[in-house]
Formats: sequence, structure tokens, C-alpha cells
Amino acid sequence: MANFIDRRLNSKNKSTVNRQRFLRRYKSQIKKSVSDSINGRSVTDVDSGESVVIPKKDLSEPIFHQGQGGVRDRVHPGNDQFTKGDKIKRPQQGQGQGSGQGNASDSGEGNDDFVFSISKDEYLNLLFEDLELPNLEKNQLDKMVEYKTVRSGYCAEGVPANIDIVKSLQGSIARRIAMTASKRRQLHECQNALEQLAQDPHENIQQKRNLEAEIAQLKSKIAKVPFIDSFDLQYRNYAKQAVPTSKAVMFCLMDVSGSMDQATKDMAKRFYILLYLFLTRTYQSIDVVYIRHHTQAKEVDEQEFFYSQETGGTIASSALELMHKIIVERYLDGNWNIYGAQASDGDNWADDSPYCNQLLQQKLLKLVRYFSYIEITQRAHQTLWHEYEKLAASHSHFAMQHIRSVEDIYPVFRQLFKKNRQQVA
Amino acid sequence: MSEQANTMPNQTIPNQDTKNQGTVKMLSDSPEWTFELLEQYQVEIERVANYYQLDFYPNQIEVITAEQMMDAYASVGMPIGYSHWSYGKKFIQTEQTYKRGYMGLAYEIVINSNPCIAYLMEENTMTMQALVMAHACYGHNSFFKGNYLFKSWTDADSIVDYLLFAKNYIHECEQKYGIDEVEACLDACHALMNHGVDRYKRPQKISLEEEDKRQQEREAYLQSQVNMLWRTLPKDDSHSQPKTQKFPAEPQENLLYFIEKNAPLLTPWQREIVRIVRKISQYFYPQKQTQVMNEGWACFWHYTILNHLYDEGLVSDKFMIEFLHSHTNVVAQPEFNSQYYSGINPYALGFNMFVDIKRICQHPTEEDKRWFPDIAGSDWLKTLHWAMENFKDESFISQFLSPKLIRDFKLFQIHDDEKNSFVEIAAIHNDSGYQEIRTALSNQYNLSNLEANIQITDANIHGDRSLTLKYTPHQDIPLADSKDEVLKHLYHLWQFEVKLVETDEHGHDHIIAQCPRPKAKEDN
Repeated sequence: MANFIDRRLNSKNKSTVNRQRFLRRYKSQIKKSVSDSINGRSVTDVDSGESVVIPKKDLSEPIFHQGQGGVRDRVHPGNDQFTKGDKIKRPQQGQGQGSGQGNASDSGEGNDDFVFSISKDEYLNLLFEDLELPNLEKNQLDKMVEYKTVRSGYCAEGVPANIDIVKSLQGSIARRIAMTASKRRQLHECQNALEQLAQDPHENIQQKRNLEAEIAQLKSKIAKVPFIDSFDLQYRNYAKQAVPTSKAVMFCLMDVSGSMDQATKDMAKRFYILLYLFLTRTYQSIDVVYIRHHTQAKEVDEQEFFYSQETGGTIASSALELMHKIIVERYLDGNWNIYGAQASDGDNWADDSPYCNQLLQQKLLKLVRYFSYIEITQRAHQTLWHEYEKLAASHSHFAMQHIRSVEDIYPVFRQLFKKNRQQVA
Repeated sequence: MSEQANTMPNQTIPNQDTKNQGTVKMLSDSPEWTFELLEQYQVEIERVANYYQLDFYPNQIEVITAEQMMDAYASVGMPIGYSHWSYGKKFIQTEQTYKRGYMGLAYEIVINSNPCIAYLMEENTMTMQALVMAHACYGHNSFFKGNYLFKSWTDADSIVDYLLFAKNYIHECEQKYGIDEVEACLDACHALMNHGVDRYKRPQKISLEEEDKRQQEREAYLQSQVNMLWRTLPKDDSHSQPKTQKFPAEPQENLLYFIEKNAPLLTPWQREIVRIVRKISQYFYPQKQTQVMNEGWACFWHYTILNHLYDEGLVSDKFMIEFLHSHTNVVAQPEFNSQYYSGINPYALGFNMFVDIKRICQHPTEEDKRWFPDIAGSDWLKTLHWAMENFKDESFISQFLSPKLIRDFKLFQIHDDEKNSFVEIAAIHNDSGYQEIRTALSNQYNLSNLEANIQITDANIHGDRSLTLKYTPHQDIPLADSKDEVLKHLYHLWQFEVKLVETDEHGHDHIIAQCPRPKAKEDN
């Protein structure tokens, strides 16, 4: 006898635990792979998973087994040319030998790296592990609010256009049934009595007439109950509901003057990716505007932003001016949550820094939801930092941090948004 | 819908078997399977299996998806496996290769248990399901029940219970002692898994509850024994102890067993984990030794049973063509110079050997009568059952590989001595070569030649508690470099110095691996 069982609907992921164990064990390698990958990614590419490469030797499960060499006798099929005693030059390693022996050599060939994919969530969790993102998530950024009209039940008063016909007629039926109930009962009784009289052998003419009159009266009373009454009317009710907009624009401002090298730009890139990821958790659609500047600012695409070389001096205010201009042109209709992130190595033309302060204070900070400034440098702070420090003291949605090396980015990022949490709280 | 459309015209095919005449109604050969159809096929297949006197466990046939099949792969075919990262790794590997199309999944997995659990993949066509049922549920199943190795080494009744016990136990340990601790212990055990097999004693049968109860008792008892062994009595150090007394008295090949019983510092739960891994290793041991026979037997029966159904007119030509296509792929043997060659295909060798035995019984040639005087001309069914029951790959080949098969396969033997710059053809498929090839091929399946021969020769219980193992090379084949890594794992379990020695040609033992490594050669 056989017993058939349909297991297809059973939980699929018997191996999920094992997969997690695997990720857990190789976390350090996987993390390295993930952080390497960040350089190869676009700032806005946060929806895909990532393939992770682990050198095979780190994964090996060693067992005692026979190695190369010694004396071996192997039998193979398909002899088409050999006779006993033929001597053949030993073929390259791996041919024939070893195969079919059960134990694949973990030295020798087969040293490919172990490549596999992790999902988006696994990727982000690894990337943000130090960031305690769940905590951050709770502290929603405050958003621009817009209003939306939504249905909210029924009410007895309203404009005719909002009459809900079905609901009103339901009310009408209910009212009519309720108001005629006793009369219909009487009518029913009269009709029964009349029928009994009709079967009676005697002719009770008077009684019949009385009953017929009563029936007619009851019928007319029932008919008088109005088909629809103002009392029945139901109007659809609408309410205004506050909806935070799901649109955000993120301005990436970066100094690309000669003093910014590629390593510094990579750090800035990580910061932008983090900011972008953070925003994607709050907003549905995000525009990213890249503005690079040296003595002049220019809006560019991502590739140019990070990877094209420029030289020259630095006037940071040019970028702020351009940012303001773009906001006024495109993002001023009140639906946009505007974020600014400026990265620089701190170099700025000394006379320009007070002007930056002024620009931010008078124009930009009123428009943006949050503005962060990171300074990536090993050297002492210069005028721009000092000017911004004054701003940070007086504006809660302006944040600035100093980054020295890659490791600083996560803590700095956390620092930036911790401040925001206090503000919200 | 299409099922009916397909069956109608096929019913006109003449019925060739007399037994079932009149009642024969051809089974649907629609590619889509349904549970009713599976059952119809299963009933017919079982009838034929009984006709051929196959003795099998009751079947439990489970239909699963491809993803579940990959899960099953990852847990090396155990229906319930404990959690371990290496299974995750296997799963990821399988998933990768499967998704990229490098590899198809097996059509079935069958588990040596009672009832015998067989997994059928949802994607299979009806023909494939029938093939798989005949192959797994009657072929493998009867092999598990009949072969002497399985009879004496595994216990089909209790394995699922035991695996459940193991999973729960290890899960409990993880909660009590932390995942890392348990993982380290399992890693170490897995490294020694091939050396956790008891080749001589028969393991006992017990149920789940009993296993639980015994585990508790064993835990207490084992620890007391170990303590006894390592007890340091404040005796006077003079000459009271004869120095020659060795422990263990005889070399021990079951490393895990030795560790479980004697490792000085293992905690009771670690001993239990060692035991679990050892038990599972033991359970799989017969499968390693009977790959050719097991697959050959299953192939022979799916081939025979489905052909029998065809002869009875129960399955259509269309069914047979699809079946033969799959069958031929499974038992194909690429030649040594083919790009698809990866050693001898156990399905091909096994299948052809069983077919050949049947031929020798039914139509023996003069040559067969010379080579196989006791089976030539005998009742083929009895002979086949006897062969299945009483051999393993090694002995099966050395007993039944016929000259005809050697010619058909064009087998040849290569002698490869490291000392020479060439390899030599030692034998080919001719009169003088048959015997040699048969012996060589048989040795090729001899596990004791394939697995590293490592035995525990000494545990220094009176001194530094160091453990000495000895590697005895087979045909001068050295131990692979992984030995150092494995010793680290062994050290993790033993927790005192571990040495691996090999005897050189002059009879001197010298250390080929050691853990912990000696410090910067101070001794020299």
C-alpha cells in the first residue's frame, strides 16, 4: 500500500534557518563584500540585492582524505585505442584521476570563489547593521502635509448631489415596514375573518360589509404612508484628512575642486547613499539633484558628479545659490520635502564663507526640511566650518559633522539623525 | 480535459498479455498528473512489483515543489535535519546552480525509513512520476529492506524518530549553551564524520521516547566513566605502574566513538552531539557502500516493471517513448574521452550488471557457463534477489562482472605510479584482462581503500593526555593537506595535544601533523 501526501503547501523554507546560520557564520566576509559593493552602485540603486563573493577556502569543511600521488589503479570505459602495456605520458592533473572517487579535492583545482546572492533586505540589514536602523525608522521625519478628501460614513444633511440612493431607499423601506406593521396585521386579521364568513353557510351580509369597509380603510391608510420621506435621506459624508506627502527631493552638493580626491568623494558617496536609503524608508518618490561646484556650480548627473575630474578654486556659495534657484524653479509648490546634503573638504575661499552662512540662514534653511553638512578632512577646520557652526547653534534642522575616515560615516550619520529625533520628540 | 482526448484513440492498441485480458483499461498517458492518476499507476506498479516478489516497506509518497526539493538536497536527504550552516551552504549552492540552469534537480529522493518516504517533484510529467515511483518506491525501497548491509546497520523503523530527537536535542543545546558553542562542536564532528563508523558492531533499535530516556541515563553514566578513567590517584610515582600498559589496548578506527567515550574534558551534551553525528554517519554508511547496486537495482526494476505494464497494454506507446528517453539518459555511460565523462556512472554499471545477470540465467553462453557455473541457467528472479540481498558494491562486482559486460563497456585499467612519468595500461577487455579488470573495478568501490585509514593508537592517560593517531597509506597515497585543519577540529574535541603519525619505510613513526603546532622548534 502507498500513502500519498501533498506537501506542496507546506512551508517552503525548511532551509531558511540554515541559510541564516550560514550568513551568520560568514558575516564578516559578507560585510566586507557588501561594503566593497557600495562603490560600484548608484546612489539610488537600493532596491536590488547583491552578489557576495567568499573565497572557497574559507568555506571548506575539511575531512581526512587521500591526496594526490601514490599508486593508483583506475578502470575507465570506452577503450578505443589502448592495448596492454601501452605507456602514456601522464595527463595534466585532474584528468581522470580523482573524479568518481567521491572526495572532491579541496586543494588542487576547483578553487573558485563561492558566489551567491543576498536579498535586498539582507543587504540593507548588513549595510545598516551598525546603524540600528529600526530605531531610526521609528523616528519618522516630519513631513510636508497636504490634505485629501476621504469618505467618512453618512450624515442626515447635505447637498442633493451627495444623496446616497441605495442607503436612502433602504431607510425608506425600513420606515415603511415599521410604520405599517400594525395596520397590516389588522388587515390580515380582517381578511381571514372575511374568508371564514364566506365559508359560513349563513349569509352574514352586514358583517361582510363591515369587514370590507374596514379592509378598504386599512388599505388606504397603508397607501398613505409616504414612499420617501426627508427623514430617509442619507448623504455621503466627506472629511478632510491630512496626508503627509510622499515626495522628497534630495540635493547633493559637493565640492569637486582640486583638493577633493577620489577617496574623499567615495566617502561622500557613502554618505549620500545612506541619506538616500534613509529617505526611501520615509518617502515614496525621491528626486535626487546633484550639484557640483568649484568656483562655479553646475547641475550634473550622477556619473559626472562622482567621477569627473575638475580643478580650480572653491566658492561654496555658488552651489547654494544654484540649489536655491532650482528649488524656486521646480520644487516650490509645497508638496516637496527638501533635503540638502553638502560634502566638502572644508576648503573655501575665505571671503565666501560668511556669504554661505547668510544664504543658508536667509533663504535655504526656510525652505528645506533638513540640511546636513559633512566635512571630510584630516586637517584643521577652516572658515566654512566656523561659519556653519554659528548656524548649527541657532537652527535645529541644520546639522554638521566631521568625517575623518570611512569608519566615521555610520556614527556620524547616526549622530545627524539622533539630533533630529530629539527635535521630533 | 486533454486526458480523455488522449486516452481514447490509444485504447485500440491490442492487449498483449493474457492475464488481464478483458479488464485491461489503458492508463491515461496525459503529461499532467493528478492524485487519482498517481494512485492508479501506483496500484498497477505495486501489483507488478508483487508479481516479481519484491519485498518492500509500505510507501509514503510525498509530492513536493522544486524549492522543497532543494531543501531536501541541502539536508543530504534527511527528512528532518538539525540546523547547521553547512546545510545552508549546500542549499545556496544548489539554488545557485539550479537557478542558472547548470543542473537539473533529481526527480526523486527516497529515504531509508519505514514507511519508506519518497519525494516526487511537482514538475515531473505523469510518465516521470510513474518512473520515479517504480524506481524509488519499489526499487530502492526493496533494496533498503532486503540488502544485508541495511538490515544490519540501519534501522528503518526508528530513523525518523531518531532524527527528530537529534534535531530537538541540538536545538535545546543551542538554547542552553549558545549557537557558537554547538556549531563549533558540530563542525568538529562533521570533520570526523567519515571516521565515526562502527564497522563491526550492530547498532541497537530504539524508539524516540526510549532514546530520550536513555540519553539522560547515558549522560550521567558516561561522565562517571570518563572521570574514572582520568582519575588521578595520589600514588607513589616509583615503579608500581608498568610503563608498557597502553590505552587503547587495540587501535581504534571509530574516532568519534572513542572521543565520545574517552575525551577527558567534553561536557555531557557535547558527548551526546558526537554520538548523534556518529549515528547519522553510521546510518548513511551502507548507502556509500552500495551505490552501484542500489541504483542498478532500482533502474532494473523501473525498467522491468514499466515494460511489464506496457506488455499488459496498460501504458501507451507515447508513455513508453518518454520513459525510454529518460531511462536511456539515466543509464548512459560516456566514454573516457568524452567531455561528459566523470568516472563510471553507477546507474549504468549497476543496471547493466543486473540485466546481465538475468541474461546469464536465461540465456547463458559457453563463456558464462565457465565463469558463472552456479548461476548460469538458474532461475533469474531468485538469483537476482539473492545477489541484491547478500552483496555490496565491491563484492557484487568481483562476483558478477562478466566478460561480456567488460567488452560492452570496453573497460580498461590504468596503472598510475607517481614514481613514473607515464601511466601504463594494465589491462584491457581481452581474455588475459577480464580477471584483472574485475578485481581493479571491485577495489575501486572498496571503501577501505578510498577512505583514509586513520586509527587511534595511543591516548597517553598517564602523562600529558596527548592523543596519537596513525595514518596507514593505501598504495603509498599520502594524506591530503586538509589533515591539519581536521586535526584542529579533533583537538577541539580532545582538548589536549593531538598527533598524527605515519610509519616510514624504515619502520619509524614520524609526525605528519600536530595540533597545537609545536612552538618554533625549541627542541632542536
